[in-house]
Amino acid sequence: MTDDKKPITDDLPEPVVRRPRVNASIVWLVPIIAALVGLSLVIHAWIEAGPTVSISFLSAEGLDPGKTVVKYKNVTIGRVTAVRLSEDRSRVIAKVALEKSAQGFATADTRFWVVRPRIGLGGVSGIDTLLSGAFIGADVGESSEPKSEFTGLENPPPVTHGAPGKTFDLHSDDLGSLDIGSPVYYRRIQVGRVSTYHLDKDGKGVTLQIFVDAPNDQFVTTSSRFWNASGVDVSLGADGLKVNTQSLATVLAGGVAFQDPPGPHDATPAQEDAAYRLFNDRATAMAPPDGEPKYIRMRFEQSLRGLAVDAPVEFLGVPFGRVVSINLDFDEKTQTFPTIVGAVVYPARLGKAHDKLVALARERGDDEQMSQMMGRLVEHGLRAQARTGNLLTGQLYIAMDFLPKAPKVAFDGTAKPLEIPTAPGDLDKIQQQIADIVGKLQKVPFDSIGKNLDQSLGELNRTLKQVNGNVLPEVTNTLKGAQQTLGTANSAFAPDAPLQQNLGGSLQELQRAARSLRVLTDYLGDHPDALLRGRRADDKLQPAPPPPAAPTQGSKP
Amino acid sequence: MSGLPRASDLGLVGCHVCGMVCRDVEAPDAACPRCGSSLHKRKTASYSRTWALLIAAFIFYIPANVLPIMRTVSVGDVDDNTILSGIIELWVKGSPDLAVIVFTASIVVPVLKFFALSLLLISAQRGSRWAQRQRSKLYRLVEFIGYWSMLDVFVVALLTALVQFGFFSQVEPLPGVVYFGLTVVITMLASMTFDPRLIWDGRDFDD
Ligand SMILES: [Zn+2]
Repeated sequence: MTDDKKPITDDLPEPVVRRPRVNASIVWLVPIIAALVGLSLVIHAWIEAGPTVSISFLSAEGLDPGKTVVKYKNVTIGRVTAVRLSEDRSRVIAKVALEKSAQGFATADTRFWVVRPRIGLGGVSGIDTLLSGAFIGADVGESSEPKSEFTGLENPPPVTHGAPGKTFDLHSDDLGSLDIGSPVYYRRIQVGRVSTYHLDKDGKGVTLQIFVDAPNDQFVTTSSRFWNASGVDVSLGADGLKVNTQSLATVLAGGVAFQDPPGPHDATPAQEDAAYRLFNDRATAMAPPDGEPKYIRMRFEQSLRGLAVDAPVEFLGVPFGRVVSINLDFDEKTQTFPTIVGAVVYPARLGKAHDKLVALARERGDDEQMSQMMGRLVEHGLRAQARTGNLLTGQLYIAMDFLPKAPKVAFDGTAKPLEIPTAPGDLDKIQQQIADIVGKLQKVPFDSIGKNLDQSLGELNRTLKQVNGNVLPEVTNTLKGAQQTLGTANSAFAPDAPLQQNLGGSLQELQRAARSLRVLTDYLGDHPDALLRGRRADDKLQPAPPPPAAPTQGSKP
Repeated sequence: MSGLPRASDLGLVGCHVCGMVCRDVEAPDAACPRCGSSLHKRKTASYSRTWALLIAAFIFYIPANVLPIMRTVSVGDVDDNTILSGIIELWVKGSPDLAVIVFTASIVVPVLKFFALSLLLISAQRGSRWAQRQRSKLYRLVEFIGYWSMLDVFVVALLTALVQFGFFSQVEPLPGVVYFGLTVVITMLASMTFDPRLIWDGRDFDD
């Protein structure tokens, strides 16, 4: 077989023989490198793998295994690897693989919560999660005690560990619309938030804890006043319509505002955890200190429609207190229903006046300041009146004023509570006056006036009939006579009447005679001798007196 | 078939590069007198090289599947996808056709190549004469589909280049794609180093 083919190969070129090449088994380096790379990946993953913790939440909303990350200060420190139900199915448990660098987060006081977009509580937060999906926020504490099972918070903690700032306690009657995270404002700038709240142990109030960030915590002084700036404070009271709000966010979420009172005050920055009272509104917060409240009572003999509990009580125009109760009473003697109004007043609000009155009372040795003081003031005409504060709504307030004309009343200074005598309000006065007018009008004898008037009218009627029957025909006749007389006179004076014509002729004759007489007198002036010699002949040459007939006529006689 | 003489029987050796036929000198380091490339009756160390590359490719195939290959950020929603999760997502989100294509290219083809090459190697090494014709067809198939299994890499490259709409949509490649590319390239190399003539060498051992 081989021999046959030999001749073919003879013509073929000889391969070149070169020096030996590198061992072909070097190709095994490729899988070795691949294995090394793979190994390095495994080692890397193993090194990078941090602790695994499980966090329980109420709901798995937004938690997506493999996708949802755990962030601290917006840096991803872990990832949710699995979500499952707890054994009692009340919660969900998210398994979180933390990164190696986040080992410190698996400690006792670390807090986890789910960051979802939420509206309220100081604005809109987590808006970015609308697009990126929820994530788990983390806040690490100072503990180093390892822990792997956590209970997630349902709301983000308002204060993170180690944040610079101070915490203060606020006491309030109720929580209002405040919540964890509600903003704290200073001069309408948010400087902190409500961190926690709880009912007081006696259940009579609420204590809120607020956190004010540094450096603005220095503005909280020992004399700062805090008030609830929640929502729109629209009050349509006796003192008119008031709209007050801190910011639009507070309208949605509520908030707390604080400020120092005006005027001289102690401006020492407050200590951490200092306690304050949370007032309901700015006005009450900024009002001078109320001092000890006193309860007074007033008895009104009139309808108090429009007077509400909380209506202001003013002393000479100064806000003095508030109405706390309005009750109807029954007076057996007069069979009337007087209204008993109870009010709490703060005499200290009168400021200097109060101080002086107290001093005066002390001088006189009066112990019961309020009642003695009041006794004197009532003597001088102090009366409580229910006045209309707002004509639009008809709301009433109680005004305490001096009415010098008020009738004297007996004042019991020892009564408890103190009863302030009342006077009818201005509206009642008007009502009284109208009633008086009506009473006077009622006294007018409209009946007899009507009767008399009726008789008089009958008489008049009769008289008129007489006039019509007797007097008027006579008058007609007389008038007719007069008319005739006048007609005669008229015709006598008519232009074509003979009397008129005769009169005209006579007057012409008289005119002519007068002219002749003047010619004659002129001629005699020039020729006085004519009287003796008669008329001279040359006078005929004169053309001037052409009508000589008349003068001659006149001169002749 | 058995009657036909083979080149080695005739004492001939062909140059792989320029095709020149030379006399078989049986020397281990013979080179082509025309183009200088080394002459072998069979591809040098075909078995060991193919095995080495195949093993390397298989090793790389693990991180290629475990690590995410692509990150899509659409309207802030960050989504890291491995090959399989990407396929599942495509299927779920209503593109089953695309899912099938990607599944074929990324899973079926590489796995098929591993199996096919292993089968060819083992059967050739054992000198089996079983289904030689089908085996050589299988080899040609492996060579042919080799190029197409780069589909995933192309998809990621294309998406990365095309879908960069900033905030709304973003695609970026992740390490997985590198391992996947390595797997594809190395399996291609492995199929190249395999000498299909070994399939037919089996009968030598039979005689
Ligand atoms: Zn050549």
